[in-house]
Amino acid sequence: MQERLKELQTEALEKVSQSANLKELNDIRVSYLGKKGPITEVLKGMGKLSAEERPMMGALANEVRDAITSGIEEKQKHLEEAAVHEKLAAETIDVTLPGRPVKTGNHHPLTRIIEEIEDLFIGMGYTVAEGPEVEKDYYNFEALNLPKDHPARDMQDSFYITEETLLRTQTSPVQARTMEKHDGKGPVKIICPGKVFRRDNDDATHSHQFMQIEGLVVGENIRMTDLKGTLEVFAKKLFGEDREIRMRPSFFPFTEPSVEVDVSCFKCGGKGCNICKKTGWIEILGSGMVHPNVLEMSGFDSKKYSGFAFGMGVERIAMLKYGVEDIRHFYTNDVRFLNNFQVHE
Amino acid sequence: MYVSYKWLQEYVDLSGVSPEELAEKITKSGIEVEGVETLNEGISGVVVGYVQEREQHPNADKLNKCLVDIGAEEPVQIICGAANVDKGQKVAVATVGAVLPGNFKIKKAKLRGEESHGMICSLQELGFESKLVAKEFAEGIYNFPQDTEVGLDALEQLHRDDQVLELGLTPNRADCLSMLGVAYEVAAILGREVKLPVSGVETSSEKAADYIQVTVDAKEDNPLYVAKVIKNVKIGPSPLWMQARLTAAGIRPHNNVVDITNYILLEYGQPLHAFDYDRLGSKEILVRRAKDGEEIVTLDDAKRKLTADHLVITNGENPIALAGVMGGANSEVQADTTNVLLESAYFIGGPVRKASKDHGLRSEASARYEKGVDPNRVRAAAERAAQLLAEYADGEVLEGSVEADSLSVEPAVVSVTLEKINRVLGTDLDMKYVEDLFSRLQFETATDNGTIIVTVPTRRGDITIEEDLIEEVGRLFGYDNLASTLPIGSATPGHLTPYQNKRRMVRHYLEGAGLYQAVTYSLTNELKATQYALEKREPVRLAMPMSEDRSVLRLSIIPQLLEILKYNTARQNDSLAVYETGAVFLANGSEELPEEREHLAGAVTGLWQSHLWQGEKKPVDFFVVKGILEGLFEKLGVTSAVEFRQSEKEGMHPGRTAEIYLSGTSVGFIGQTHPTVEKEYDLKETYVFELSLKAILEADVPPLQYVAIPRFPSITRDIALVVDKEKAAGELESIIKEAGGTLLKEVHVFDLYEGERMDEGKKSIAFSLKYFDPERTLTDEEVVKAHDKVLDAVKEKAGAVLRG
Repeated sequence: MQERLKELQTEALEKVSQSANLKELNDIRVSYLGKKGPITEVLKGMGKLSAEERPMMGALANEVRDAITSGIEEKQKHLEEAAVHEKLAAETIDVTLPGRPVKTGNHHPLTRIIEEIEDLFIGMGYTVAEGPEVEKDYYNFEALNLPKDHPARDMQDSFYITEETLLRTQTSPVQARTMEKHDGKGPVKIICPGKVFRRDNDDATHSHQFMQIEGLVVGENIRMTDLKGTLEVFAKKLFGEDREIRMRPSFFPFTEPSVEVDVSCFKCGGKGCNICKKTGWIEILGSGMVHPNVLEMSGFDSKKYSGFAFGMGVERIAMLKYGVEDIRHFYTNDVRFLNNFQVHE
Repeated sequence: MYVSYKWLQEYVDLSGVSPEELAEKITKSGIEVEGVETLNEGISGVVVGYVQEREQHPNADKLNKCLVDIGAEEPVQIICGAANVDKGQKVAVATVGAVLPGNFKIKKAKLRGEESHGMICSLQELGFESKLVAKEFAEGIYNFPQDTEVGLDALEQLHRDDQVLELGLTPNRADCLSMLGVAYEVAAILGREVKLPVSGVETSSEKAADYIQVTVDAKEDNPLYVAKVIKNVKIGPSPLWMQARLTAAGIRPHNNVVDITNYILLEYGQPLHAFDYDRLGSKEILVRRAKDGEEIVTLDDAKRKLTADHLVITNGENPIALAGVMGGANSEVQADTTNVLLESAYFIGGPVRKASKDHGLRSEASARYEKGVDPNRVRAAAERAAQLLAEYADGEVLEGSVEADSLSVEPAVVSVTLEKINRVLGTDLDMKYVEDLFSRLQFETATDNGTIIVTVPTRRGDITIEEDLIEEVGRLFGYDNLASTLPIGSATPGHLTPYQNKRRMVRHYLEGAGLYQAVTYSLTNELKATQYALEKREPVRLAMPMSEDRSVLRLSIIPQLLEILKYNTARQNDSLAVYETGAVFLANGSEELPEEREHLAGAVTGLWQSHLWQGEKKPVDFFVVKGILEGLFEKLGVTSAVEFRQSEKEGMHPGRTAEIYLSGTSVGFIGQTHPTVEKEYDLKETYVFELSLKAILEADVPPLQYVAIPRFPSITRDIALVVDKEKAAGELESIIKEAGGTLLKEVHVFDLYEGERMDEGKKSIAFSLKYFDPERTLTDEEVVKAHDKVLDAVKEKAGAVLRG
């Protein structure tokens, strides 16, 4: 009997090791360990054994059972692992295939520039002021020291709607309106972005509609050096830390003194290249100290208050910064153009 | 203004300052030098030659065989194609080895069998602009005066060994429209003296007053008129140096008399006009406003119809010049002119500008009058011109001038405190320094207890207030020398308004959802302006549009977005989503500004999703775009106030359009564009929306408040309802919500069936209803009770039958 049990163990373990899948393994389990299996058969003969032999044989039978059971379990684990492996191997994908596209749009480049400038000035304590695109002649011109007979406001250059209303030619009327609302009390610190209109035929460098962004600070003791410092911060933020600015005297009816501001060329660093037309400098904006007439007309005492203002064409900034060659691209909205501005800097 | 460096040297010592350095200094102190041109750049080897012989080329009709003395041992043979070349001329010869503009090298050549050792040049070939070449040489080679020495450098003889600075003048700096004005500016910059030209001429015993009488009717337009008479002039070419200076300044030489008037215009900035005295038709000058309908033929041979806005010089009867703009053909100085009436006048800008504009006629004179000339140079310019006419036209200057003078000129006196100068500029200058700057400008100054009192010369009419003086100090001190500071004073909080903030969110949201931001024009044509307007109103029209396509302001953004889709579709990008935020304009009556409303519009066409290698292609449909808007409303916290109602709209698909309501007010619409519109724009199925951005951003939204996460389980019940096909899901949802009471927290559609298993005209809509109470676990009975109410309500109010 003892031998028979040993034989069964060897035989079962042999079959276990040869089994190829879980079903075969289960069959082995049932056939050897089941109620009708050979071990049970063998144990039925226990009655013939002596009282001393019985426990010994019982123990041996259990030993054999355990050996077979653990053999099966071990094999089962092995087979299961193999099955998993096989399944995973079959599930292999080509990870180099393209992913499901998440289609996103993006900011128009003009908005991108405007928001960058807005954020810079908000950080310096400015608020963003907006105003109507159809303006009164008064705010667009008169309040800005451009009286009715001034050559700079020729009918030819503006889109008039009636004699007294027109499409604004600059965002400066927002400054006039804001100052007026302040009721002669400073400080005023605003940045004004918006669309403006000029009577131009559209070509690579002209557009009858374009964007401007202007800034205005009015307070007690606002100095020209403050203008210079502020514009330096601006130029460095927009065009790079290494940039310098240069102020050249100029003329605008609403500022006195007036200056045009150049930034050192961000392409060649000032050595001279195509972008800066070999001068090392690129003109980016006009500015100056607010003309006393403008202050007075908007209700500020020009003896007590002073201020500075600056303004620039957003398209020009974008064209310079991104190397865009034709202003019309901004208004054609070719998706191949717009897609250039996906990257977040 | 073009400024000859060599000419400028006559008035200011420029030693040690190269033209380029001068340009840099001028630019930095206020006048932008836009370019420095070297007149003889890239030219060498051109000499004065003498044509000894000329004969017809034996083998070519149009060529001449010339023997030319070029100052070498032997004369050389040159083949020349110019029709005007002839024996006895002094000409410019590009010798063998010479280089002409464009790196054109002259070599020995054989032309139709005859040797040619160089080229006889026209001025154009020597780098002159065609429009600046005197008419007699415009079509051929140039002839030097006979006394020019053979063999000399031809360009030096032409005074082309010079450089020209191009000044870009702002309107306030009209003073620099003259060489003297530039001289004062440069002298101030360099801290050097100005040398004024010396006038003075011997006059004849005859008096000008015996020859001419001057009357000015329009005293306001013409406060000073000075006439001089010069007799017995000999018309001929002006000296080469004068021609060269005119050419450098961009004025074509004519003859000595005309050239002298132009020369003085450049030197003094004072326009002059020379009349042929014998062609005046009277002995009288009368300055008056033109009569309506009166006519004049100007020097350019154009007949011009005048109005009372224009100022004319007349001979007492008829116009002989359009004042300050151009002379008349009837009194023009010609080759046979012997006696000249010279006009030097102070005209006010207004009528000159008007005439110049009305006739599209801008002259060197009108440009100066429009911006204002120096009243104190009127007489000096006339004297200097008379002197030159005596010198270079052999004229006999009659004694005295005849004047009509109602002008009173007082130089402006402007004062400013040193404290203010330093306060505005942010500088720390002392009085002596400031005084010195003004003396460099040759402004007279006096000081009084910290105040500087400046007498501004009349040539600087742009300086009238203290800020103008501050600017003079600032620019001469140099803005480069200013420190950089930031404004000091009370802190101001920088921020966006809630509206601006939300608008940025809207942009980011839509871009994240796949839409590109577009920017388009506010001006459009009548049809596009109104086609998709939310509110039917007359569009705002321009008074004088440049074209029909940009004649009115838009009432809707959609047509421009469709235009973008069309443009891109035509360029193989037929799946695209764009949006724009921007103003639309609602007319408010002609006196008032139109109401500007900010709108949000979008347009989506083609495939919405495609993952091609997985075989997936999903075209855009109504619900894609609606979903985008619903997501936006969620972000704005207005979802519960928004309602989509089936509606019809011009240009839209009649069955696929919804009007969008916010708290019961229409704020926009969404839907498919009408197939005829899609065809017109060559688009695939396209969906659009337009909303009043203002309405949705300014909607009342309760402040953000946390709602606790439910601690108790919810109970879900699904129902499928069979209803008439026309019954809107939204209506059923409202009925369910209303009937479900407070326990019903969520309702959503999860199935729609309209297939063949339904009875004719019916559909099945399935809703999932979620009940819960945040305070406790619901009992079955409570849910049943609420749910039964829902079932009753849909039966009763919508005729719905529960599907088995």
